Amino acid sequence: MAITNIKNLKEFSTANERLEGAHLLCPGCAHSMIVRELMNCTDDNLVIATNTGCLEVSTAVYPYTSWDTSWIHIGFENAASAISGAEAMYKARKRKGTLKDPDAPVKFVAFGGDGSTYDIGFQWLSGAVERGHDFTYICLDNENYANTGGQRSSATPIGASTSTAKAGRVSYGKKERKKDMVAIMAAHGAPYVAQLSPNKWKSMAKGFQKALETEGPCFINTVSACTTEWKFDPKDTIAITDLATDSLMFPIYEIINGTELNILYRPKNIIPVEEYLAAQGRYKHLFKPENRHVIDMIQKEVNEKWEYLQRREEARV
Amino acid sequence: MAEKMELNEVEVWDGNYAASQALRQAQVDVVAAYPITPSTPIVENYGTYVANGYVDGEYVMAESEHGAMSACVGAAAAGGRVATATSSQGFALMVEVLYQASGMRLPIVLTVVNRALASPLNVRGDHSDMYLGRDSGWIQLDAFNAQEAYDLTLCAFKIGEDMNVRLPVMVHQDGFLTSHTAQNVHPLQDDEAYKFVGKYQPYEEMLDFSKPVTYGAQTEEDWHFEHKAKQHKALFDSREVIEKVFKEFKDLTGREYKRVESYMMDDAEVAIVALGSTVETAIVAAQQLRKEEGIKAGVVAPRVFRPFPFDEIREALKGVKAATILDRSAPMGAMGALFNEITTAMYTTPHRPILNGYIYGLGGRDFAVNEAKRIFKEAKANADAGYLTTPIQQFSGVRGPKLGFFETKRG
Repeated sequence: MAITNIKNLKEFSTANERLEGAHLLCPGCAHSMIVRELMNCTDDNLVIATNTGCLEVSTAVYPYTSWDTSWIHIGFENAASAISGAEAMYKARKRKGTLKDPDAPVKFVAFGGDGSTYDIGFQWLSGAVERGHDFTYICLDNENYANTGGQRSSATPIGASTSTAKAGRVSYGKKERKKDMVAIMAAHGAPYVAQLSPNKWKSMAKGFQKALETEGPCFINTVSACTTEWKFDPKDTIAITDLATDSLMFPIYEIINGTELNILYRPKNIIPVEEYLAAQGRYKHLFKPENRHVIDMIQKEVNEKWEYLQRREEARV
Repeated sequence: MAEKMELNEVEVWDGNYAASQALRQAQVDVVAAYPITPSTPIVENYGTYVANGYVDGEYVMAESEHGAMSACVGAAAAGGRVATATSSQGFALMVEVLYQASGMRLPIVLTVVNRALASPLNVRGDHSDMYLGRDSGWIQLDAFNAQEAYDLTLCAFKIGEDMNVRLPVMVHQDGFLTSHTAQNVHPLQDDEAYKFVGKYQPYEEMLDFSKPVTYGAQTEEDWHFEHKAKQHKALFDSREVIEKVFKEFKDLTGREYKRVESYMMDDAEVAIVALGSTVETAIVAAQQLRKEEGIKAGVVAPRVFRPFPFDEIREALKGVKAATILDRSAPMGAMGALFNEITTAMYTTPHRPILNGYIYGLGGRDFAVNEAKRIFKEAKANADAGYLTTPIQQFSGVRGPKLGFFETKRG
């Protein structure tokens, strides 16, 4: 049974298991926490499409599969189109009366990493949301192409060192800012858009449930700490994620119908971004004196974004 | 239920309209498409049927051809009938997903209105896109006129969806020459057509939750080869079903299709082998030459480009002394693709006719009856000499100095 009214973590851990544990994700990878939470927060049947990436290569290596539900992977960029097609087929067959079990409730979900969501699959996602298919797209945002050795994506934050945007003698790593995918998807007029985090598992499950219940295209960006490429100890995934949400590097919020913004988590003690950065190898070089200005810049931008989100929430527009 | 359409015994349809009518009559569950010249009217016509209640399936207008074919894959995996249309650059954009559709053994029907590939940009017909799809694992049927575009589109569903095949199928027609040329077409009535195509049989579908399925798994050196070998075998094995469906179609309509079409080949001494609307041009040329000059000319045309009918080609060309193979695609540092297939088929027979190839008609350049006659006469000269008197590969109808590549030794 799914846990539809979540009270505590112990109870939640007894939820039905629809992603088999025997997958090949790295120890400490947050992807499986997020995916399991999505799959366990509903009793409805699930049709899931997944872009090429860590999740896909780790869960469907022939002759095995970790997916105890209908699942499809086509390419790196097109899970949103695949789920559009499946959802259209469901509608057509329901109308024509050719479904085996026409009354079974079905939800359509697509997963993609930030590489496939922010970069290569951006157009496919935009098209599917514009067409208004009834599905939920979940981005597992680990801020790099982790499946292929940690190359930069447009979700990689400024100042991070990646294998294609390296920190070196004359470089502080990635020079460009992270794309604001949540704002872009809200601008599509999607009925439900959110940024959620697995350390705040209760709000994440609620957000997932809200997206699944909402008719139309929903987009959720989830923070997925990457032990391999962010360079931290696998046991610290949730601790690092706590630093991410408490430093407001990853604010947790939702946007309803493109306008109504609600902040879902307000840290009691906001910590400096420096603490979050210092806990990860990918930002190590920022602590050289010549790169101090980058940390200051990141802090300034995080403050500004938090101010912006609060004002948007207040304004209700 | 979708409204039915009352059709005349003879309609005046172009190839695009014919293809769109076949899609409507097959009661496709999901059409996911993106418009591109010259196949755009297929999608537009279909949209008109949707708008007026003649279709009760879903019609998904994607943001690109890649997105369209991706949605087709998702839809087909969800257990229903799926079709789309494209041409040229759109076809090229789809290529990644074409391989994925066939690898997942999804019987999608793609009507391809053949058009040149840029650069330079060109909207007219040649076979560059058709050839681009030749290794993609799809069955490829080739229509030479509007009637055939209609007939073969209906057959395509029945072939691809057969439980012994389960492969995607392309139906090709020539851009503008077929797609935009109105001709007499004898359609079936809606009920008759749907009865022929039959109800879609779901197989390993994503919407049967009693039996979860995983589509698009990963295999490396441990299993990939076996999958691909099986897929290749399935493609070759589809020959039997193709013939069975063609026979059923003949029984219903009287119109006969074969994996290789032969015209005036019973006593032919020389032949042209070609694809698409050129086949009809070559037939007219052969008829005229027989009458005017007594040259025993014939025409051989693969109706099925994949799986390539090696067996039938051997049979069709076994009596000729010389044959010329026409390729309507820039070969770019090789022989034409059709030339390669035909020579492979004939080299492995005891009887090896003299074979040469022509590249012609690129970007919609006209290929007229007189040029086909000239090529026949050249083949006759080769037959009389007993050896190839020209380079192996030549160009027909291109400006500038005469192009020719590779000589054979006399005799």
